[in-house]
Amino acid sequence: MIPSNFDYQRAQSVDDALTKLAASGGTGKVIAGGHSLVPMMKLRLHEPTTLIDIARIGELSGIREQDGLIEIGANTVHHDVATSSLLRNNCPIIAETAGMIGDPQVRNRGTLGGSLAHADPAADYPAALLALDAQIQLQGPSGTREVAATDFFQGLFTVDLADNEIITAVRFTPVQVAAYAKLYQRASRFAIVGVAAALVINQGSMLRKPTIRSSRIGLTGAASHALRLTSVEEAVAGQAATAEAMAQAAQGAGAKIDDINADLHASEAYRRAMIQVFTTRALQGALARLPA
Amino acid sequence: MAESPMLPKMVGQRVKRREDPRLIQGQGTYVDDLKIVGMEHVAFARSDIAHGRIKSVDTSVAEAMDGVTAVFTGAQIAEFVKPVPIITPFPSPDHRAVVVDTVRYVGEPVAVVVATNRYIAKDAADAITVDYEMLPAVVDTEKAMTGQPAQLHKDFENNLSVALLPSGTGVSPDGQTVDDTALDQAFADAEVVVSQRMVNHRLAPSAMEPRGTVAHYEPGHNKMTIWSSNQAPHLLRGAIASMFGMGEDQVRAIAPEVGGGFGAKVQAYAEDYVVAGLSKKLGIALKWTEDRSEAFLATTHGRGIIGYIDIAATNTGKVLGMKLRLIADIGAYNTLFTAAIPTFTTLMANATYDIPAIRTTITEVFTNKTPTDAYRGAGRPEATYFVERGLDMLARKLAMDPAEVRRRNFIQPNQFPYTTQMGAVYDSGDYAAALDLALQNAGWDKLKAERDQAQAEGRLVGIGLSMYVEVCGLGPSAVLPTGGWEHSQVTIERDGRINATTGASPHGQGNETTFGQMLADQFGVPLDHITIHHGDTAIAKQGIGTFGSRSQAVGGAALHLAGGKVRKKMAKFAAALLEAHEDDLVFENGRISVKGAPDSGKSFEEVAAYAYVPVPLPEGLEPGLSEEAFFEPSNNTYPFGCHIALIEIDRDTGEPTLRRLIAVDDAGNLINPLIVEGQIHGGLAQGVGQAMIEEVQYGDDGQPLTSTFMDYAIPRAADLPRFELDNTVTPTPVNPLGAKGVGEAGTLGSTPCVVSAAVDALSQFGVTHIDMMLRPEKLWQIINGGQS
Ligand SMILES: Cc1cc2nc3c(=O)[nH]c(=O)nc-3n(C[C@H](O)[C@H](O)[C@H](O)COP(=O)(O)OP(=O)(O)OC[C@H]3O[C@@H](n4cnc5c(N)ncnc54)[C@H](O)[C@@H]3O)c2cc1C
Repeated sequence: MIPSNFDYQRAQSVDDALTKLAASGGTGKVIAGGHSLVPMMKLRLHEPTTLIDIARIGELSGIREQDGLIEIGANTVHHDVATSSLLRNNCPIIAETAGMIGDPQVRNRGTLGGSLAHADPAADYPAALLALDAQIQLQGPSGTREVAATDFFQGLFTVDLADNEIITAVRFTPVQVAAYAKLYQRASRFAIVGVAAALVINQGSMLRKPTIRSSRIGLTGAASHALRLTSVEEAVAGQAATAEAMAQAAQGAGAKIDDINADLHASEAYRRAMIQVFTTRALQGALARLPA
Repeated sequence: MAESPMLPKMVGQRVKRREDPRLIQGQGTYVDDLKIVGMEHVAFARSDIAHGRIKSVDTSVAEAMDGVTAVFTGAQIAEFVKPVPIITPFPSPDHRAVVVDTVRYVGEPVAVVVATNRYIAKDAADAITVDYEMLPAVVDTEKAMTGQPAQLHKDFENNLSVALLPSGTGVSPDGQTVDDTALDQAFADAEVVVSQRMVNHRLAPSAMEPRGTVAHYEPGHNKMTIWSSNQAPHLLRGAIASMFGMGEDQVRAIAPEVGGGFGAKVQAYAEDYVVAGLSKKLGIALKWTEDRSEAFLATTHGRGIIGYIDIAATNTGKVLGMKLRLIADIGAYNTLFTAAIPTFTTLMANATYDIPAIRTTITEVFTNKTPTDAYRGAGRPEATYFVERGLDMLARKLAMDPAEVRRRNFIQPNQFPYTTQMGAVYDSGDYAAALDLALQNAGWDKLKAERDQAQAEGRLVGIGLSMYVEVCGLGPSAVLPTGGWEHSQVTIERDGRINATTGASPHGQGNETTFGQMLADQFGVPLDHITIHHGDTAIAKQGIGTFGSRSQAVGGAALHLAGGKVRKKMAKFAAALLEAHEDDLVFENGRISVKGAPDSGKSFEEVAAYAYVPVPLPEGLEPGLSEEAFFEPSNNTYPFGCHIALIEIDRDTGEPTLRRLIAVDDAGNLINPLIVEGQIHGGLAQGVGQAMIEEVQYGDDGQPLTSTFMDYAIPRAADLPRFELDNTVTPTPVNPLGAKGVGEAGTLGSTPCVVSAAVDALSQFGVTHIDMMLRPEKLWQIINGGQS
């Protein structure tokens, strides 16, 4: 429970962080909130020789709206996302997701960028970012690039992020009709299963009831990494915008995923069953956000 | 007098804890905060397998590391640390502080490092490698009883530490003869019998502050000072002295601020002995601080008892007889109280009921797990759980109201003192009064109607009820091998301020406040003129410690007696000054005066000053105002109560939510109801925790599966409803305060009532019992037609 020796450096800017990261020759790691990295270091699952602290780089923090897109800086802590009025008004699912992470201490220190880079298979944000079709902004020695959430999460603790890159921000088009539902692991509060659903609605008319035009559904906790529930997305399309239709569409959710997690807290069979339950809840929760 | 404010009576008031401002502002001093010049640090290398013979230990890499002072293997430690002693009268295998040949649980120490700082010590401990001959891990308790898959200790065949120890009706006091006639008759006469195997699973005590020890041996004085996060420093002093051939005059034990103990910090542990022994051997001060991962493995666990219960009753719900067969998974060794914990379960098997015939047996089994020992309630929650769950099953089988079944079997108020089938003498009680108040506060009939309505709507709502009685205020010396008394010294200083000591060693119980309240009333002085000292054997000269809900009932009584002695003496000094009769004096508002004539008196300070410069010295008096007292209770106390739970289970996920918890507790007279409520809140949280979310689990290979808080859940505030507390007051006659003790009470009734509520919610699926903890998946399986 004590990390091995390391040096500590504080980065002043993104460029400074990248320079320091490069100088560490692959044995350095950036630290933001430290709420995933420090436990890993204490268990000696990570033994970086240099920690480059990016937590105080101002340009990495904050929530902005520009040209119809919302951008959240990588350093933004969960609490700030959860309580942002911009997000609560325009894209409640992301604030809702952040508010369901861990406990107050974790939410006051843990950051969006750290959560994405760490990519715990049970982390909450990935599901929401899949549902929002978010773009993840990266910066490295050779410049910036943008990766779609769908391509970013690749495997167990594995993402499309090079050792010498850092995440700077996440960008997405806000969605009103979207919700996140989560089965809590009772010790850690991570997700045993978490499902985020975002819906595009065909507005109804005097003659026609509203229907679902399309959807994006992100699942976390169930497999080695967050993924889209594409078969449910297909089943939802064209359905009436009703709670019953959502439950119907969620039937068999996740049935095609073959590497479902099993652990002390939930067997494979239970997790499978819970995917359907929480897919239903997320879809119904999204519908409940349909403006009256 | 203008300068003497009227002082309110303190005892019985909701006075805020005087301890809290320093604790919540980070101004407390815990063991790990201590620094001594030249102090070095100890770390333990621990077994990462459950069972195996050590072939070799390689310490060479560790020894070569910069900053490492010394490395010791188990064999080297055994040269100066004898086996860890226990206090129970049961046979016990050799328990080495550091393993010499065979490791028997994951986390058992295999080597020790001393280094100049904690980081180096830890790194060096990690660098020690052990080559093991693997032995099969003994994990399943009932399989272990057949000697399978291995035997842990040479002289303990079938892994039995204690085998079928009988007690109850027809058992002779020496346990040698057992007459089953009455019991057999009860079962022959029964119109209904319920039988169930129940598991009261293992828990990790999880004090906020893990353990820690600093030992400082001073060769010039041949004296040892040991600081330890411990509940009973006087026992620690004796243990260290006898381990190292020293006298109790040569050892000083100090429990500074202790961040929770829950029973797991009563004993002197292997680490205490090793750190002290090494300090003596090396002649330097040493510190060891347990980290959280170590605490899950190396601090004793609680509970871990399987109960087989059979209840024989009539169709009207009158219990005729009961059998309770206990099988305790005690882990790899007997530690201080281990073997005695299940005897508290059998002692309390009568619960609150007049049961004509009871047979209990205890079997204790070694397994390749962390040893078990006392944990909040220590044996009594297990008794309550088995009996109350059993009665709940009886009520269900007879389709009777669970409250009614209890009522029909209660020991009646006019039966006290009541000698149980188990040999306990219950001091006082009015169980129907506690039940009635709880039912009233719960709105029992309305609650049942709400449940029925909810169930009709398809919601899985259930209610559960549990009575409890516990043995507290331990106890006369005849029942406590440590001695059952407490000690206190009360000194009025020359400036009129009061220093008082207690041998009880509070670690969260708030005795600095409650004891201060008592003295404030006894002497008529402000609370902030009084300091209560504890936890240092050089200051609190004698003591036993705080466990078994005894600090107020026994320690408080000793304080009351010592205070009474000083007051008497002070009255004599005042009488001389005032030319009055000592019996006519009152101590009020900072003055001592003749009753009815406050202006005639002298200030408390004036009388105190006179006692220290007594010119003239009244005849027959010695100077000074300092008296001590030992208090030995004539019996244990038996607090009781009734807890009621309302639970709702999510039909889709199986997640249980505790909606209400109604508790009525009777701890006799209350010194400070606010502190009592705090104690009950904590106890309820831990009791609910066991029912719902806490469980120590091991894999088939003996590897612990729940040794971090990421996997071992303890209740958070948000997991709990707003507790609805109330109390009845039935004073005990066994101490002058009438106080019974309350530290553990919350853990007793809450666990069974929560489980019974869950069974109630799911009874429509055909279940009559569900083993804890209430895992959502388990409940979901029941809902979906699987078995529990
Ligand atoms: C008790 C507890 C409960 C928790 N519960 C939950 C939960 O319910 N749901 C949930 O989703 N999470 C949970 N978490 C995890 C929490 O959300 C973490 O804060 C988050 O996963 C990591 O963010 P951080 O800023 O602390 O990252 P750090 O710990 O500082 O870093 C984590 C990893 O990300 C890298 N990194 C950090 N920032 C960047 C960046 N900008 N660019 C590239 N790499 C970066 C680091 O090098 C490191 O590898 C919990 C954590 C704890 C301790």
